[in-house]
Amino acid sequence: MSSREIFALRAYLGPELKGRTISDARQVWSLTNILEQTCLVGRFGELSGRSVLLAVADQLISAIAMTEIDGVARRMLLCPPDLNVDHVKALIEDAEIDAVVTDQPARWADAGVHLVVADSTPARSAAKSKTEHATDWLMLTSGTSGVPKIVRHTLEGLTGAIAADGPARGAAPVWATFYDIRRYGGLQIFLRAIIGGGSMVLTEPGETIADHVARLKARGVTHISGTPSHWRKLLMSGSASGFSPRYVRLSGEIADQAVLDGLSRTFPAASIGHAYASTEAGVGFAVNDGLEGFPANMVGVNRDGVEMKVEDGSLRIRSTRAAHAYVGRNAAALTDSDGFVDTGDMIELRRDRYYFVGRRGGVINIGGLKVHPEEIETVINRHAEVRMSRARSRRSPITGSIVVADVILADGCDVSRSDDVRNKILADCRASLAPHKVPAMIKFVSSLDITAAGKLARHDA
Amino acid sequence: MSVALRIVSVMQQIAKDQQITLPPLSDDVLLHETGFDSLAFAILVVRLEDDLGIDPFTISEDADFPLTMGDFIKAYENVLA
Repeated sequence: MSSREIFALRAYLGPELKGRTISDARQVWSLTNILEQTCLVGRFGELSGRSVLLAVADQLISAIAMTEIDGVARRMLLCPPDLNVDHVKALIEDAEIDAVVTDQPARWADAGVHLVVADSTPARSAAKSKTEHATDWLMLTSGTSGVPKIVRHTLEGLTGAIAADGPARGAAPVWATFYDIRRYGGLQIFLRAIIGGGSMVLTEPGETIADHVARLKARGVTHISGTPSHWRKLLMSGSASGFSPRYVRLSGEIADQAVLDGLSRTFPAASIGHAYASTEAGVGFAVNDGLEGFPANMVGVNRDGVEMKVEDGSLRIRSTRAAHAYVGRNAAALTDSDGFVDTGDMIELRRDRYYFVGRRGGVINIGGLKVHPEEIETVINRHAEVRMSRARSRRSPITGSIVVADVILADGCDVSRSDDVRNKILADCRASLAPHKVPAMIKFVSSLDITAAGKLARHDA
Repeated sequence: MSVALRIVSVMQQIAKDQQITLPPLSDDVLLHETGFDSLAFAILVVRLEDDLGIDPFTISEDADFPLTMGDFIKAYENVLA
């Protein structure tokens, strides 16, 4: 195969589009001239045909390294910043890693693999890396415990939804995301920026929301994505004023009507869409009508290479954008015999729309009955006085489990009204939910934990 | 408010929420005569834990299961004493 036929990131990074940048809070780099830069100090040749673990703490340097490694290495495993050290050995063996690109060489000295040290200040490169291989992109699932699973994608599959959506209308987009770009949701946005001829604004660890939003405004961000939890956090921060993106995207968790409405009030000029995607199934679809759930007629048809069906209550996806396989010694099959990925996301048909009710593995058991916490949260979140909530089970040895809900009140909701709000929420829950799903207790809290993947932390699930 | 009074007041609140009609809550009333089912007791124990900071039935694994209102109140008083 000639190098021209291989699809690699550098093909989208020519000098013809001026003014493109990629930035974090400390550095701004030109994407227009990025191919002349190297953070591998010209050592990409050493990575040719290898299985490379990209373990660079800094997102910006990771991004530049991705553009250098793609098309050169056989495989590139993207390592999110919160990877558990205890899982490294298993991942290296499972992905047959034989080279590590890192900015922390001491940490990898004993790993027994070829080390390439990434420089934190990219330099002008004498030699240019050339496309030689179609590199497999390996990503880790964001499971809650145990060694994460490795999934294998191709760049073509990863960018399938971007190609289907076509170029953004109007001026070149400036993308931002609350996700880390080493995760599926964040990588999608990075790829959208690269392929769509735009710019990219990265997150900075430890940055306050106010500082982050100030940076999004200063860099002129037009398109931005995050989980509903990320967005609720932004809405709660009171920092959104003056920020006016053209496109606001939610993914990674259930986007309920309350968060969609909250975003459309805060960003009246933006189009607001929620997308369904997972590391395994890829980008399924985007919903842009402002309503939670998705139209039932999307199921059962092949649309841009994505087919969906519902079996045993869960959404199943067969797609050209799905991962090709799980990678590793004891890797399970990624799809059923017909090629469908079971997403584990449970959906329910009401009239002409499907609604997400929760994760199959996330049910809490109340007196032998299964309850999806998300279903309860949706009822609670639709009250204007509520910004965010989490339903969970609480156990007591003599009495079994009950549902309790932790609720964050919206800004401007007078705390002295909390008894009224509690009664109003409970009355709505009693009217809308089966008796065993009605929270036995509502606790008002000032914050709820969000995981590194941007999702509401669920300790009992 | 004494522990006994707090327990009774939380029970009255739950009874109202769950539409349970409580008998007069004297010490010798059997718990199963209160009309509280296991869900109502679960709610009671959890609310009292938030209110008083203890769940006596978790603290002591081998605590006897209380039979009467008096036993139930004593379980809390013993831990708090």
